[in-house]
Amino acid sequence: MPTAKPTDDNLVSRAWPCVTDIAAEAASGTVTATENVKKALQIIADKNPDIQAIITTTEERALQRALAIDAAIKNGESAGRLAGVPFIAKDNMLAFGADTTAASNMLAGFDAPYQATVIERLEAEGAICVAKANLDAFAHGASTENSDFGVTKNPHDTSTVAGGSSGGSAASVAAGMAPFALGTDTGGSIRQPASFCGVVGYKPTYGLNSRFGVVAMASSTDTIGVLAQSIDDVAIVNDVISGVDPSDGTTINRDTVTYTDYSTSLKGKKIGVIKEYFPKELDPVVAQDVSRHIDKLTELGAEITEVTLPSVAAALATYYIIVPAEVSSNLARHDGQRFQFSAETPSSLQDSYVRSRSEGFGAEAKRRIMMGAHVLSSGYYDAYYNKALLVRTKLIQEFDAVLQDVDFLIGPVAPNPAFKIGENEDPVSMYLQDILTVSVNLTGMPAVSLPLGTTPDGLPIGTQLMAQRNDDRALFGAAQALMEASA
Amino acid sequence: MSKLTREDVLKLARLSSLTLSDDEVEQYRTELASILDYVDQLKAVDVDGLKPTYQVSGLTNSMREDTVQPAKADAEKLLERLPSRDDRYIRVGRMI
Repeated sequence: MPTAKPTDDNLVSRAWPCVTDIAAEAASGTVTATENVKKALQIIADKNPDIQAIITTTEERALQRALAIDAAIKNGESAGRLAGVPFIAKDNMLAFGADTTAASNMLAGFDAPYQATVIERLEAEGAICVAKANLDAFAHGASTENSDFGVTKNPHDTSTVAGGSSGGSAASVAAGMAPFALGTDTGGSIRQPASFCGVVGYKPTYGLNSRFGVVAMASSTDTIGVLAQSIDDVAIVNDVISGVDPSDGTTINRDTVTYTDYSTSLKGKKIGVIKEYFPKELDPVVAQDVSRHIDKLTELGAEITEVTLPSVAAALATYYIIVPAEVSSNLARHDGQRFQFSAETPSSLQDSYVRSRSEGFGAEAKRRIMMGAHVLSSGYYDAYYNKALLVRTKLIQEFDAVLQDVDFLIGPVAPNPAFKIGENEDPVSMYLQDILTVSVNLTGMPAVSLPLGTTPDGLPIGTQLMAQRNDDRALFGAAQALMEASA
Repeated sequence: MSKLTREDVLKLARLSSLTLSDDEVEQYRTELASILDYVDQLKAVDVDGLKPTYQVSGLTNSMREDTVQPAKADAEKLLERLPSRDDRYIRVGRMI
């Protein structure tokens, strides 16, 4: 399988076989679950001081689970499709064995009372969570610099960011700490770090994967997805985690066919190149690389056509109204009374609310909460929030119309490769990182970032493939075809 | 150009249950104004005749039978995690 090219000591290229092989080896006893967990923990111990992809490991629990799985296998019991496969969860997902912090001091020390559905489903198939990955606090950011637990570095060049907000998940897979990681994607938070770190990053159709037990950011666009070294690994993990969850009323019916059962034939398929995804601000190195892969699609028998989606230009502004509005609402629960951080010696309940929030939240969370309060406040609701909901409708209609004619859409993931740590300090320039990723969050469509290229300096460049809602399996097929052709 | 005054920022802080230092008020005034300048481009988008989109799941109401279901987290585990409790109550500060 094609993976990122190793450019320095921080990369363990092909440190892991594909997850089905890992599970098969564990089931046959060739390489035990315990050996896999120890290997993952050792790579984390070696690499994490430089990369800071991990906030905490779940060492004790992971080793206990591995022993139990190995014992079950020895007894001839079936241990599951992902038996003994180590993975890393973004630290905004509730999991046993380590604190769940969302990388914010507000939740530091929070011991999960139950596990997220996606974690439970992976464990039911024998997978083992070994660590919790760093992120921008509450998933607010595009670089994993906005974490209260340190800045995650890009394994390809530690002077650059890993992207965000699932930067720890992307960097951990790129550094070989585990064969796959879970992330969340609200506006590009899986795809952009996947692009920066040279791994596959998949954002599912909205509603496909349960969000129960995941710290909410923006409920109308939050999705749970997978970062891995290959499409096959993404597909099997998605097959395990997806589908209706009675604990999450927004979950939808999954594909009735196994997600790994995809067709890689692109003969006769139409693929739309989105004109608005090549704006003048796009780094020419990125534009050139993505264009090269688009040419490959023609060789595979696909018909390439340029499409125009005029409202894409307004998508980012729409996103940065809707998302802060939902953030301000979702973060209201962090009031110092119910979870974890609470200010010392408050003079009253109101004082406790205000001081707990002021001391517990970082600057970006406060900025988004106040922005949300502004766009929702009387006098501004129609001009901002309601207007954004209307533009969202327009954007969806444009995508739906184009997808009547084409099977997939293609473009870059991010306007640039990984940037230097500290380079994008002002909020608007950081928000502009999301300009090519937010549209599919607003429309609910699935998309993948594929690690197909590198800059002359060896930094990865991702290519983004998108499909209509619920076409996730077909998307995997097209993505795999392009991965093979570009290898 | 979106103009935000100090009073506007203080009002947003109050709505958000946040307290800000003088420096923070100025910082957020500038930053929120620049974000508003950016999102103001939506004013030019024609949305005549369109209805708002609140969510994209394609679902309406997700109903289940009105029967007792086991909870994922038992009450005691949630109570244990409260910053301050009194038996089975959340203990909070003085309200008036």
